[in-house]
Amino acid sequence: MSNDLRDLYQDLILDHSKHPRNFRPLPGANREALGHNPLCGDKLSLHLIVDNNDVIQDIAFQGAGCAISVASASMMSEMLKGKTIQEAEKLFAYLHEACTGGDADATGLDEDAIAHIDALSGVRDYPIRVKCATLAWHTLEAALNKKKTTSTE
Amino acid sequence: MTFDVYAVQRDFPVLSQTVHGHPLVYLDNGASAQKPQIVIDTMARFMSDAYANVHRGVHTLSQKATEAFEGVRPIVQRFINAAHEDEIVFTRNTTESINLVAQSWGRANLKKGDEVLITALEHHANIVPWQMLRDALGIVLRVVPVTPEGDVRIEDVRAALSDKTKLVAVAHTSNVLGTVLPIKEIVQAAHDAGALALIDGAQGVCHDASDVQAWDADFFCFSGHKLYGPTGIGVLYGKRALLAEMPPYQGGGDMISSVSFEKTLYKDPPYRFEAGTPAIVEVLGLRAAIEYLSALGMQNIAAHEHALLTYATQKLAAIEGVRIVGQAKHKAAILSFVMDQAHPHDIGTILDRCGVAIRAGHHCAQPLMDHLGIVATARASFGLYNTIEDVDALVAAVTKVQEIFG
Repeated sequence: MSNDLRDLYQDLILDHSKHPRNFRPLPGANREALGHNPLCGDKLSLHLIVDNNDVIQDIAFQGAGCAISVASASMMSEMLKGKTIQEAEKLFAYLHEACTGGDADATGLDEDAIAHIDALSGVRDYPIRVKCATLAWHTLEAALNKKKTTSTE
Repeated sequence: MTFDVYAVQRDFPVLSQTVHGHPLVYLDNGASAQKPQIVIDTMARFMSDAYANVHRGVHTLSQKATEAFEGVRPIVQRFINAAHEDEIVFTRNTTESINLVAQSWGRANLKKGDEVLITALEHHANIVPWQMLRDALGIVLRVVPVTPEGDVRIEDVRAALSDKTKLVAVAHTSNVLGTVLPIKEIVQAAHDAGALALIDGAQGVCHDASDVQAWDADFFCFSGHKLYGPTGIGVLYGKRALLAEMPPYQGGGDMISSVSFEKTLYKDPPYRFEAGTPAIVEVLGLRAAIEYLSALGMQNIAAHEHALLTYATQKLAAIEGVRIVGQAKHKAAILSFVMDQAHPHDIGTILDRCGVAIRAGHHCAQPLMDHLGIVATARASFGLYNTIEDVDALVAAVTKVQEIFG
């Protein structure tokens, strides 16, 4: 296999896409949004329980999509549990830079989360796939801002 | 004559490049086909030597351009076997041709409660224009189902027809499943019910010979760019008697015989439907494409592509985890598939890195995807320049997908 494809489809990504974590309904969710990538038809419904201190107590998703978008959603769900909304926003900003070849600053961010995001950053060489990696995060943003749906188009 | 695909391949300069270090294998012809050198040269030469606006000038260049432009109508007429050259209307593409019929014929002839019948495998271009009419006029849009194999059965068409049906609008060939519909039978059924028939030929016209008189089609629409010609040029064929009764679609220059602020008289068809400066250069390019294809012979192209389809279907179906989507009895060289392990989008990315260009997604046919219960497919669509070696490259790349996703 060519090396650059391996940069995109790393073992971590393939593992999360084949065995997505927190892929389930979430009864009692108080934040939710539906994400849609019209280009490829990926659909993602995201549910969260956010407490009064803005801490994400639980997060789960369902839907269908390509390996990149499912892996991204799965990894996001793992790394955000127990984090504050503010921390989530910082991680999204980092992910956005990492996936578009920008200057990503990891200062003060959870190292394990950063390692997972860096595994996704292979998409920077596949511009058309960046939306796959960011769909879950755009959906998160919509959920936290109490928008019902978002689209990467 | 024998069909030499390797000689054909050399006529298409774009195909000689490499992508990600691999020779380009272009299997996205269903989205748009590549252009032979003769089309490229014809358009460049016309702009270099003979370009001017048409139907206007007294000057020499305009007269030459007008002659060249109008000379294409009989070429198109013969290509689809229309009875008259004034039945050929130049449009922008298939989409505009269908919209023209919807907005001109539809608005003049349909009223609340009238029915337009389509099938479940239509491209959005043959769904949305009718939905717009439904919302504007209160017509009813009815949909003939597609079998799990991808066939449209003539008995299902007949069952959906009624005395309220005014138009049956169907694809000649499905852009997703490759299904070639029983066009002649469908047109006959429409006429038996007192309805007209519109054929969306976007995917059919490039794979086999078209014969609007044999089908007895009332309207036939296609695009130049899927026919190895340029973008920006399409054709609407309409029976002379129908076009004659249809009001203009757009107003402007070139479609009128006289204009005053009180009253405007429209030209006869086809000019009535060609407001504004047409795609002059593209019309000349379309001519070059049609002449190129006609010299090769549409039957020869069909036979060549059919052999490719058969080979590719066998090879792909033999790969574990691959499922062919669309197993109709009559198919054009369009091969949709899904894999157990990999999403079509991932398949598309990996194939691209192997130099193989396919399409992945819903193919502008979301209702069909819902009907089939899938979100997307990977689609290899073949053209006249594709070879057995191209199929082998596709199969090798799909095997690579399997390696990665296991």
